[in-house]
Amino acid sequence: MRPPSPSIPEREFALSALQQSMRIDGRTLLEIRPINLTFGPALGCVECELGKTRVLAFIDSKMIKPPEERPLEGIISIHSEISPMASSAYETGRPSDEEVAITRMLEKVLRRSDAVDRESLCIVAGQRVWHLRLTLHFLADAGNMLDCACLAAVAALRHFRRPEVEVVGEDVITYDPSERPPIPLAMHHTPYVLTFALFPFASTPAPQQTKLSSTHVPTPQLANSSITAVLDPSPLEASLLPSSSPSLLSLALTPQRELCVVNKAGGVPVSPEEFLWLVKVAEERVREVEACLEGGLLKAKAEAEGIGSL
Amino acid sequence: MGSRVEILNDGGYRSDGRRQFELRDIAIDLSRHGQADGSAMYTQGLTEVLVTVFGPREAKLRSQTIHNRANINVEVNIAAFSTGERRKRSRGDKRILELGAAIKSTFEPVIQTHLYPRSQIDIFVQVLQQDGGLLSAAINATTLALITAGIPLFDYVCAVSSGVHSTHAMLDLTTLEENDVPHLTVAVMPRTGKITLVTLETRLHSDRFEEVFRIACEAGKVLHEEMRNAIKARTSALARAMGEGHPAGAPSNREGDEDFEMGDD
Repeated sequence: MRPPSPSIPEREFALSALQQSMRIDGRTLLEIRPINLTFGPALGCVECELGKTRVLAFIDSKMIKPPEERPLEGIISIHSEISPMASSAYETGRPSDEEVAITRMLEKVLRRSDAVDRESLCIVAGQRVWHLRLTLHFLADAGNMLDCACLAAVAALRHFRRPEVEVVGEDVITYDPSERPPIPLAMHHTPYVLTFALFPFASTPAPQQTKLSSTHVPTPQLANSSITAVLDPSPLEASLLPSSSPSLLSLALTPQRELCVVNKAGGVPVSPEEFLWLVKVAEERVREVEACLEGGLLKAKAEAEGIGSL
Repeated sequence: MGSRVEILNDGGYRSDGRRQFELRDIAIDLSRHGQADGSAMYTQGLTEVLVTVFGPREAKLRSQTIHNRANINVEVNIAAFSTGERRKRSRGDKRILELGAAIKSTFEPVIQTHLYPRSQIDIFVQVLQQDGGLLSAAINATTLALITAGIPLFDYVCAVSSGVHSTHAMLDLTTLEENDVPHLTVAVMPRTGKITLVTLETRLHSDRFEEVFRIACEAGKVLHEEMRNAIKARTSALARAMGEGHPAGAPSNREGDEDFEMGDD
């Protein structure tokens, strides 16, 4: 069952607030909700919270015989079914358009952009390769599940360690983690996804910032913009967009200013200048996300070592 | 795999003899297709797409009617023989669903759907051959088919694919080039110069992206000229047929016959 669309007063209130560069949840237009990553207990098990949206990513690995056409590459498979657990809007069975969009985007970000070096997952050419199985559990949908799911998946890939193996003649010896430390995955790059919702009206510049925290990054400004871009849209903001053609722009990019996936299909038309401005904004914001993940990984590592030394 | 092919040689030519910013031959056939209200056969190099448009008409399913605007239904079918190796894709294939969804959401804000409440516009995309730039060809063909169907649009939508080989931007890639270089598809609305669709699926530095993105925006305007000429040629053929007033006119007037009779009623 779809949740009811917002009432007319609620809708008008939210839109007029956006026109004045304000959001109902108190964020500025280009601010992401707080990210909270919980690592463990197993390696490759990460729960990512983005505001109240929660996604759990889990990776396990096993050895398989590679398919004939790609004997030198390991396999990564992504399993993500959105169950009614996340929100009553989702049903089991036939995936909705939204679900297809999320799974396709995940596939593009993690697989097609070659984030993980698949050749390093090969053990014996044509005989044995690693098969990584990434399962995403959507625990709660409070808007923008795509960004949350991608962050969870990337964090899990970074956190995961596969067992050390050695090839002796024909045999493959797998070492227990207590014998030899398991090794992290070789990653080419770490993409982070940021989603903007675009509204077809100009907004007045934001009121003077009152809270100037140390993490605050100055946002590049664009003059004479005819659109209002909202980063990390909440469910209310997403429901203000026309459902037939939601004006969402999803950018997957690395902190090294490389774009991995850009997806804007239809919706509000933007001028090239506005589009490039949005890319610049995303480049700034992605550093915050990266700092969050790197900080979390360091902490998880320190904790794991603390347990190990006891 | 493709890395043994020289994408851009020292002389500045590509593997099929084109220059960096040269588009492939474009052929547009707007002659009527069966019972469709509008159709367009769009050929760009070896990529060939046939789009037929039906409607606005009553929706087949009552549940699909929207009380204040027209519903747009896009169905994509990729012929099994369209690629080098014969491959049947089921209709539920994620890639096909995504292609259909991209076309639908691109045209939703462009078609003046509010003029046709409680009706449906069906767009059938049939991919006959593919050699790169499938999404852009499908979008261009859909624009043309919608125009021949007489459905009011706010603007043309002109899409073009482009890519980057080391530091050189290239336009309108073939499959061979798509396998090798990062590429993106951009759809432009030429009247306002605004962008409705951008897709990129391979890693590309944002400085390079900016460069190729701007070139693609320009290329969209060139395509617009091409598409407008095709529409103008057809419309003037129709108008001429109406002026002559003889149904049994020259062979080129064949398409105009019924339109003349309709105007006569």
